[in-house]
Amino acid sequence: MAFLNKYISDVFGAVRSLLKGMRLTGYYFTHRREIITQQYPDNKEQMHLPERFRGEVVMTHDANNEHACTGCTACELACPNATIKIITKFDISPEGKKKKALDTFVYHLELCTMCNLCIEACPTDAIKMAQTFEHSVTDRSQLTKKLNKPGSKIREGIE
Amino acid sequence: MFSIEHITHLIDAWLYGNLPPTLALLIECLIVGLAAITLFAVLGLVLVLMERKVSAHMQIRLGPNRVGPGGMFQTVADTLKLAMKEGLTPDGADKFLFNLAPYLVIVVSMMILAPVAFAKGVQLWDLNIGVLYVTAISSLSVIGILMAGWASNNKYSLLGAMRSGAQIVSYELSAGMSLISIVVLTGSLRISDIIASQQNGWWLFKGHIPAVISFAIFIIAVTAETNRAPFDLAEAESELTAGFHTEYSGMKFALFFLAEYVNIFIVCAIAATLFLGGWMPLHIGNWAGFNHVMDYIPSSIWFVGKVFSLIFLIMWFRWTFPRLRIDQLLRLEWKYLLPISMLNLLLMTLIAINGWHF
Amino acid sequence: MIEELATTDAGEMVVNVGPQHPSTHGVLHLVITLRGETIRKVEPHLGYIHRSIEKMCESLSYRQFIYVTSRMDYLSSHINNHACALCVEKGLQVELPARAKVIRVLMDELTRLASHQLWWGAMAMDVGALTPFFHAFREREAINDIMEETCGARLTMNYMVPGGVMADLHPNFQKRVKDFIHLFRSKIDEYDELVTGNVIFRSRMEGVGRLSAADAISYGCTGPTARGSGVRCDIRKLAPYEIYDQLQFEEPLETGGDCFARYLVRMREMRQSLSIIEQLIDNIPQGDFQAKTKAVLKLPKGEFYSRVETARGEFGVYIISEGGMTPYRIKFRSPGFSNLSALDHMARGYKIGDLVAIMGTLDLVIPDIDR
Repeated sequence: MAFLNKYISDVFGAVRSLLKGMRLTGYYFTHRREIITQQYPDNKEQMHLPERFRGEVVMTHDANNEHACTGCTACELACPNATIKIITKFDISPEGKKKKALDTFVYHLELCTMCNLCIEACPTDAIKMAQTFEHSVTDRSQLTKKLNKPGSKIREGIE
Repeated sequence: MFSIEHITHLIDAWLYGNLPPTLALLIECLIVGLAAITLFAVLGLVLVLMERKVSAHMQIRLGPNRVGPGGMFQTVADTLKLAMKEGLTPDGADKFLFNLAPYLVIVVSMMILAPVAFAKGVQLWDLNIGVLYVTAISSLSVIGILMAGWASNNKYSLLGAMRSGAQIVSYELSAGMSLISIVVLTGSLRISDIIASQQNGWWLFKGHIPAVISFAIFIIAVTAETNRAPFDLAEAESELTAGFHTEYSGMKFALFFLAEYVNIFIVCAIAATLFLGGWMPLHIGNWAGFNHVMDYIPSSIWFVGKVFSLIFLIMWFRWTFPRLRIDQLLRLEWKYLLPISMLNLLLMTLIAINGWHF
Repeated sequence: MIEELATTDAGEMVVNVGPQHPSTHGVLHLVITLRGETIRKVEPHLGYIHRSIEKMCESLSYRQFIYVTSRMDYLSSHINNHACALCVEKGLQVELPARAKVIRVLMDELTRLASHQLWWGAMAMDVGALTPFFHAFREREAINDIMEETCGARLTMNYMVPGGVMADLHPNFQKRVKDFIHLFRSKIDEYDELVTGNVIFRSRMEGVGRLSAADAISYGCTGPTARGSGVRCDIRKLAPYEIYDQLQFEEPLETGGDCFARYLVRMREMRQSLSIIEQLIDNIPQGDFQAKTKAVLKLPKGEFYSRVETARGEFGVYIISEGGMTPYRIKFRSPGFSNLSALDHMARGYKIGDLVAIMGTLDLVIPDIDR
């Protein structure tokens, strides 16, 4: 008799546990507002990436097409993947003194792991992380970027 | 009142009135064959879409929604893709059996369509051993699966096929037992008789608790027989990648896929016929007014409604439960389902002899 | 020749599971010897995702090498980074500000929760239930959003620097974490309803893949794998780092040693992590988030070791320094490797379906094993 009792209570307990799970999935089936799908390319307008999101390294330029990069190569040294290559030149100041300045800021997006170490290392806050994330291109060479805009120069008073 | 029976009679009368009988019969066969194949294709497309939508909503997703309004043509697009893919045959495979297997499986599921009554008077073949025919033919599909698994020359396929063999052979017992318990009540194996006997109420309600138990057992057993989760051991994705159809691609894979869904439709149709009255509208005893109102709903709608709610139930199982292990699967059958259904059959016979049912 | 290799004369069959297989969660390659459905031997083959991270770290400075460790156990990347930062700080003898310590612990526990959530979904998927995976990802998404806002990335955060954390907490952090706790408290009960209590799941888990306490110790298992066998091994309790010694939490222990015990340990750990976060979220001290360190870090000559409790077990970092800017040699002790070594012992005699369940409860992350 005890065996039969256990057998029957086993069957009922099993059925109850199965129905519990079915109740939960049934709940989600009937409640459309629980759906979490984001329809990505369609919802681009409503998407807000947080300001700290690390998408790619960019150099900030102000209205006069001036940046804050002194060409000190701190970011190049901080980068673990050799993503950044800084080419410097010597500007001749009006007083006739030679001064080291940035010529080209080469940024290899294809090598970058978005670790933020270069931004941390920059003493003049010349570079920052942008919130872009759609980086796919049809040719690998397009991933090598020149960050300083053509004709830009260093802002006055930044050493 | 609109009914498909009317149309079929019209066509039949017109054909026999205007053509010699042999030609008329031939043309009727052709029409029936075409209708069956069309039904097959439509069922496959609709059921796959339904499964994807049901699973999506249970998994808090939207599911297919890009091709056509609400993703309606997604399965059509998928079928086109599968049709255009190359049907690979592995090098070490037994080529004849490998290519035969999907056709065998699909032919078997087509054959079971024959005695299914889709609406009042719409039935391909009302043979006098309808229920026996269904159980006999449905057990043939395991041969196709075993053939596919063996011929693939792949160990995953072989394991899947062996599992499937053990599973289908054992679950057929309790599926058959539950079918017999209804046959005991009606006293006939003919599908039309079984439906007619539910004129004053469905067996699920008329047959007391034993009918409910045998209905539950039947649903569990056919879920296992059609290789659906939680009994999808033959294709257990996380264990055997895709089980017996691991090596299939293109249209041959699509045939397996189609057969699976058509099988679900058929077993649900059988369950609806035996337990829920087939196309018979919901009638309650002698409530003449209520029965009359129910009769206004066309019989085809009743049938499709019943079948699709059963299909939904089976899909609900699939998207809720984990999979059983092979030994647990067999234990469930031999230690729980079979003894219960045997006892149930005994009870049912007692009820039938004493006429205790309504 | 293939025929000869495939079947031995004892009627055994050799099956290659992986490196591309749905249940190995990566590129693990298992050579299993079967007799029918029963497993006779499991032989893991590694190396498919070996990137020689240890060697790579030898050419990176002490600030740089931390980010690489995110790529090992990518599900608890933050905790890996934590161990490295701890080790460097040990060498530099830096004392951390209280705020940095609390932020680190908060992030650790959030990472642990996210990792366990993913494990729960993947585990259920291994035993054939596909729906829990999506439910788990819904809650994990909330954690990832919090991480994204404060750390700037969702998976490989690189938020740790020697001496503290990279940036201060985002102003929204506290509110969002509280919202998350509120959400997750209700959802974890749903987890139990959907999976834990389910009779099929219970029968798949109970009594499967037994690992005795003695075996767990001898194989070097740590984390929930060992705790499921009743071995106390939580580094947060045994060798507390940061502020874990001041926190109220218990180390979940189960004595079954089977898959279900390991499952329960992880489920209880999730609740413990929630309570740790709850204790801390209103008590974040004010102050600096980073200690002052030199621009170029140089560890004194010597050997340094630190260990933390990741979501999978004990993670250790061993640095040998020659006094230069880069480590002379680095060795990582990853929990996944030791836990995997017990797989053969656990799986023998069980069925193929059980092997998948055992691997699910081990919570393997393949890059963590291969490095």
